[in-house]
Amino acid sequence: MSLPNGMPATRPAKKKLDLQRPLDELVEMYADIPDKSFRYCPGCGLGMAQSAIMRAFHRAGVDITKVATAGGSGCYSVMGHYFKSSHIHGSHGRGCAYATGLKLARPELTVLTLQGDGDLLAIGGNHFIHAARRNIDITVICFNNYNFGDTGGQFAPTTPLGSKTDTSSLGMPEPAFDACKLAIGAGAGFVARSTVAHPAHLTKMIADAIEWKGFAFVEVMQHCHVLWGRRNGMPEAMDMMRFYKDNSVLHLSTVPEEERFDIPVYSEDEKDVKFVLGVLHREKKPEYTEEYAKLRAKAMAKLPAKVKS
Amino acid sequence: MTKRLLLGNDAFCEGLIAGGVRFYAGYPITPATEIAEAMSRRMPQVGGTYVQMEDELGSMSAIMGASATGVKSATASAGPGMALMQNELGQAIVAEIPLVVVNVQRAGPGIGNATRSGQMELMQSRYGANGEVPAVVLAPSTVEEAFWLTVKAVNLSEMLRTVVIVLGEGLLGLQRAVVDLPDDYGEIELAERPRPTVPPAQYLGNYNANELSDVPPIADFGSGYKSILSSVGISRRGGGDISVLGLSENDQDFTIRRLHQKLLDRKDEITLFEEFMTDDAEIVYIAFGTQALSAIGAMHEARANGIRAGVLRLISLWPFPEEVVRSCCAKARAVVVPEMNLGQARLLVGNALANTGVKIVGVNRVDSITIKPAQILDRTMEVLS
Ligand SMILES: Cc1ncc(C[n+]2csc(CCOP(=O)(O)OP(=O)(O)O)c2C)c(N)n1
Ligand code: SF4
Ligand SMILES: [Mg+2]
Repeated sequence: MSLPNGMPATRPAKKKLDLQRPLDELVEMYADIPDKSFRYCPGCGLGMAQSAIMRAFHRAGVDITKVATAGGSGCYSVMGHYFKSSHIHGSHGRGCAYATGLKLARPELTVLTLQGDGDLLAIGGNHFIHAARRNIDITVICFNNYNFGDTGGQFAPTTPLGSKTDTSSLGMPEPAFDACKLAIGAGAGFVARSTVAHPAHLTKMIADAIEWKGFAFVEVMQHCHVLWGRRNGMPEAMDMMRFYKDNSVLHLSTVPEEERFDIPVYSEDEKDVKFVLGVLHREKKPEYTEEYAKLRAKAMAKLPAKVKS
Repeated sequence: MTKRLLLGNDAFCEGLIAGGVRFYAGYPITPATEIAEAMSRRMPQVGGTYVQMEDELGSMSAIMGASATGVKSATASAGPGMALMQNELGQAIVAEIPLVVVNVQRAGPGIGNATRSGQMELMQSRYGANGEVPAVVLAPSTVEEAFWLTVKAVNLSEMLRTVVIVLGEGLLGLQRAVVDLPDDYGEIELAERPRPTVPPAQYLGNYNANELSDVPPIADFGSGYKSILSSVGISRRGGGDISVLGLSENDQDFTIRRLHQKLLDRKDEITLFEEFMTDDAEIVYIAFGTQALSAIGAMHEARANGIRAGVLRLISLWPFPEEVVRSCCAKARAVVVPEMNLGQARLLVGNALANTGVKIVGVNRVDSITIKPAQILDRTMEVLS
């Protein structure tokens, strides 16, 4: 039997998700919180996303000292400081380009970008699509909170049509990006979506993305109840968690029972469903740093050992 | 040493390679394109990496990422590409990431005049980025110097943990000359950035400075240390709090002043210049880049006509060597500054010679045609009469 999107018909033996491990043990292993407090609003989805990333590090079995992250400006931009890994906290939108340099210079590193929806899809869109096209082995994590949180809640390229933000008080007049479709179109080999209301599923998506050899993209639906939620009838964190829970379905019915995490399965007649979760695309293709290494080996073979002019 | 016929742009490339650069990210632009072309061939040959990015913001960001891992990294561009890079240039300078950027200047604003040469980005190279960042800028006059100065640029970028701009010109980049290159680059002395000497658990981060002159260690990504490169700092700056929130007033003050002071305290090592017959000069020509050669030509003609002329060829442009300008002009009645812009270096020379009574005039062209020695001589006659 062949399944859609190049998914293997027989699945490899599963690793335990290890969601039971107490958070403080993981914090000890992977986190480093300099101010001893987080800089997110109380109840913000970023904290939940951060826990999922930490669990995913554990599940993927990474050596945290060999992890490099990169990001730009936004509410999420403190997150890279909170892990034991190294981090470039650079300018707005350049995460994928920093990551390209990090990974090409040191392919042995596990490289992730941590980027907001504005950061990745507005100002950083060009770097995003070209990193996907190169199929360089980095994991791009996009925190989609439907707006520019850090600057006070203006609309982003992901803001749903008609919804209210600081700069769309009469309703967002522009249609929104589907970040996952964009990634697939640009050539990403692994594309997944999850929400902070589905922590076990989110952890699995991020861990799979980290383990994926090639460009991997995870869109994390992350609520900003303080800005977007308040302006759109969901002022509490719980309102938005419920919103994600009630409107999410799993992409493929082929996902094994144990990995469905009680998320309803997508069926063709549910046309108006809001969040299709799961691995939306999986396609093996040549990875850029490996291809470049072959090219380099050829070039070096032609040159005498000494660095000569 | 081997004699070779070399294109100026290739001299920049070879200088980068000899300086130890093993990562190059670029975006083609006239008149710097040959650098990207040569690096696409040379980088993999020497075990390095060439990547062609989607724009100049991408090239600057990619080399920041590569340098973060400890690999010496560089890019090159011109006119509008340099304008795009300013955002990341400032970011790299404040994050103190060692990098070299070669600007093969074209002429004119906006997209400019691709095939024409100029010297219009002297001020941009210092004041182009936002937020009061300093700059280290070196300007070669000849193809051979382009090689050695680029090696020097890599060394300075490492030693100072900053971005060094090599300010070239189309006239130089696209010029072919016979030059002497070392047979073995391995014999050239190279500098390395300061790296942590304490174990990871005791490491206080990449900005752990206590004095304004400090160049703190920087840990390579993946080397076992938690290494954060940032403008807002997680790390101690000036003994301040460790915070991700941004810098306190004190820390910001300390950071900006230190970025400048660490350079000023090493100005002797940065400053390069060449003087010709300035000892008794009543008139001094001060020039940089290709136009310094016209100034030297004019000096010889002036001397032949009984005028005691001298030349100060500026090689390091930033930090601007005011003391050198003052000492070279000690006996001067007048200074002529020939340059291919409307008076950017003249402004700096004027600052250096403020209140000395020395008359300062320029010879300026923005038509991309080299200033002729005769033009400088005409101006000399005018000022001395
Ligand atoms: C070049 C530049 N333009 C604008 C800004 C201001 N700015 C900071 S964060 C931000 C938007 C962040 O939105 P997003 O990436 O979605 O992150 P969030 O704050 O929502 O987590 C903007 C526009 C900036 N820092 N740099
Ligand atoms: S503004 Fe929104 S996204 Fe930003 S920290 Fe607060 S809740 Fe989170
Ligand atoms: Mg956002």
